[in-house]
Amino acid sequence: MNGSNQENTHRTVERVARESYGRLVAYLSVHTHDLASAEDALSNALVSALSHWPQDGVPQNPEAWLLTAARHSLIDAIRHQRVVLESEPAVKLLKEDALETIVAAECPDERLKLLFVCAHPAIDPAMHTPLMLQTVLGLDAVRIAHAFLISPKTMGQRLVRAKTKIRDGGIQFEIPQEGELPQRLDAVLEAIYAAFGIGWDDMAGVDQRGRDLAEEAIWLARVLLQLMPSEAEVSALLALMLHCEARRAARRAPDGRYVPLSEQDAKQWSTPLIEEAERHLVEASSRGRAGRFQLEAAIQSVHAERARSGRTEWPAVMFFYEQLIRLSPTIGTRTGYAAAVGEAKGPEAGLAVLHGIDPDDVSAYQPYWAVRSHLLQRLGKTSEAKDAYDRAIGLAEDPAVKEFLLQRRG
Amino acid sequence: MQFALLIYHSPEEFDMRKNDYRDPHLGAWRAYYRSLVDARVYVGADALEVPETGTTVRLRDGKRRVQDGPYADTKEQLAGFIILELPSVDAALEWAARCPGASIGAVEVRPLAKEALQRGFTG
Repeated sequence: MNGSNQENTHRTVERVARESYGRLVAYLSVHTHDLASAEDALSNALVSALSHWPQDGVPQNPEAWLLTAARHSLIDAIRHQRVVLESEPAVKLLKEDALETIVAAECPDERLKLLFVCAHPAIDPAMHTPLMLQTVLGLDAVRIAHAFLISPKTMGQRLVRAKTKIRDGGIQFEIPQEGELPQRLDAVLEAIYAAFGIGWDDMAGVDQRGRDLAEEAIWLARVLLQLMPSEAEVSALLALMLHCEARRAARRAPDGRYVPLSEQDAKQWSTPLIEEAERHLVEASSRGRAGRFQLEAAIQSVHAERARSGRTEWPAVMFFYEQLIRLSPTIGTRTGYAAAVGEAKGPEAGLAVLHGIDPDDVSAYQPYWAVRSHLLQRLGKTSEAKDAYDRAIGLAEDPAVKEFLLQRRG
Repeated sequence: MQFALLIYHSPEEFDMRKNDYRDPHLGAWRAYYRSLVDARVYVGADALEVPETGTTVRLRDGKRRVQDGPYADTKEQLAGFIILELPSVDAALEWAARCPGASIGAVEVRPLAKEALQRGFTG
């Protein structure tokens, strides 16, 4: 076995793991409800693949190979558990039929159930995204901890706790009933979008880690769309993320400087991604009433229009924000609305919107201060603007954003 | 809960202190303090002189040992600290990430051990 062969196998294992991880974990856990054991079994299978494939060659159907290996590992673990547990009758034994189902030949795609489990209302909402990243995509706890700015030890403990709750808390692996579906689906979409937001804020283009997480979120949305092709909000979420992704290259000058949306060179935006986003948005809007993600995607679509028309239709942006505020009057939505009003009707009108927000809610919310400083500066209120710029700079994490705001502050 | 942000500088960052007030890094520090105070999480802070000005004292077997320079012989050195009042360590880590020191050196977040101090006084 030579080095390059080993490297090739390594890459194959990585690729198969990426494509099959969620499918296999979902399938292996759907009856036992035991995510941790399913993940352990799959990681044993992956380790085994790394030692067998370089010698025996990559199997014809790598996923089936991994499934067989993971099943064996899982069944061993279940048998072992059972021996231990039989002395403690109070502890719930794993059901016999669970074992039989795992051995069944076919492997249906159960990822949708897994996604709904990760974003289940009984699970702490802060853990929805980390759970998805780990169980569907196979990201390790340390990497998730970096992205979420939590100590790796704490993230590991929180993931274990959430999985224990899923195993022992009677959380069903099922697709919610129609009446429940919109709310439950919303939690899934929120969790995917949160992953994208973290990847996005995380200094795109400078830090490889950030870029990856945004890509993972798009991947998750694609999986979800494949599983629920007729849900408008799923198409809309994908459209929203693709629109943002299309501008990635334009967000930084060649020297690393931060470039705000309004100053980006639209020629640097990715036309194929914009076109794909538009297709998904059209698909979403053909399916009735506009949900939150459809409105957000529509706002991004207005911005993307500048690539063709050379100007931004701020009244249209304002209109979509008005609709969005009705659905979710968050600080973020209201701040975005204020910025749009500032452009469409002038800085004074924009500031009036900001004044309607409780100052206590924004004491650590950076975008509010960024918008406020910009509007005050346009009004010529230099000293008030400088104060607001200081808040915006102090609350920013990205050094490039800090530098950009410092320059504007003067 | 109170947390200490312990700020560690590289020699280059210590040198930046000599720059004039228009230096963007110093501007970022000024803005950072401003937002800590305005967000009402600030308890106190101070900066330390450069590590070469430190002197380390030990008593071993009743004998005094005095050493020039800082306690730890590392490239990055303690440069200052900030004490914050915050609801959770998650919030403390967020403020640490915003700290201008985090993008050059490192910022360590540690809870203050108020209880240990209390026991020392009363026990």
